[in-house]
Amino acid sequence: MIFPTHIYAGPIETWATIITVAATAVAGDVLTAGAMRRIGDLDLIRSKSGLGGAIRAVTSSPMFLLGVLSMAASFFSLLFTLSNVELSLAAPASASLTFLGNAFAAKLFLKENVNRRRWMAALFVCAGVFLLAK
Amino acid sequence: MKHTLTPQRYLILLAVMLTASVGDTLLSHGMSQVGPVTLAHLGLLLTALHNPWVITGILCLLGFFASYLTALSWADLTFVLPSTAFGYVVVAFLAKYWQHETITFYRWVGILLIVCGVGFVANGPSLTMHESQHPTDEPTPEIATTGGHR
Repeated sequence: MIFPTHIYAGPIETWATIITVAATAVAGDVLTAGAMRRIGDLDLIRSKSGLGGAIRAVTSSPMFLLGVLSMAASFFSLLFTLSNVELSLAAPASASLTFLGNAFAAKLFLKENVNRRRWMAALFVCAGVFLLAK
Repeated sequence: MKHTLTPQRYLILLAVMLTASVGDTLLSHGMSQVGPVTLAHLGLLLTALHNPWVITGILCLLGFFASYLTALSWADLTFVLPSTAFGYVVVAFLAKYWQHETITFYRWVGILLIVCGVGFVANGPSLTMHESQHPTDEPTPEIATTGGHR
């Protein structure tokens, strides 16, 4: 039996790495968004404490730092995925899953009101991103 | 038609869309001049930092992160993310008209879907207001039915 030479990983490993990329990206986005919500309106902080005060407010938030750490983990897991899985599958699949995962996570953890309009947006963007990579 | 953001905040969202896509395109253009980076030639990454296209690309991406965080401080994640996805559309147009790449039929359909997706959220409320929160400049806040504190 002849396998295509450009596929390095089996289906389980392929989807496990893609899901890891999406899950860490969702964690990064949700933690960052949660941190920004706790910190408050950056425009107001900047008008009161200047740009330095706004930067201090953001970088001193442990939740924000955890979010950046998750984003870094997502980046490195994407690099790992790209070394094992075809780019044309890994990039759109992880980006699309991230969009859908963010809608679920925003509703669950950030208590955002993800109404029908936002679900439709997430689905359309998810499908659009997938097609862009074809 | 319901507008929930000030023009200045729409400009921040525009910056989110443009800085990411322009930054990525500038980095791509710069790295194509620098050449392929391999494990044996990691020093090329330092050389890349002297390339004006790469430097401008990095500055654009820093601008993206700053405007993205600013947007998240007054808008929901599910409102901001479709806006960032619109950057894919900008990248496609930059690739076509600047880098002279071919846009396939699938990509045009993808672009159309993303534009529709952004349109779905663009006119809706930008922030879910919980009972404990007070709006800043949101004239028509939407009270979350799920409620609760984080």
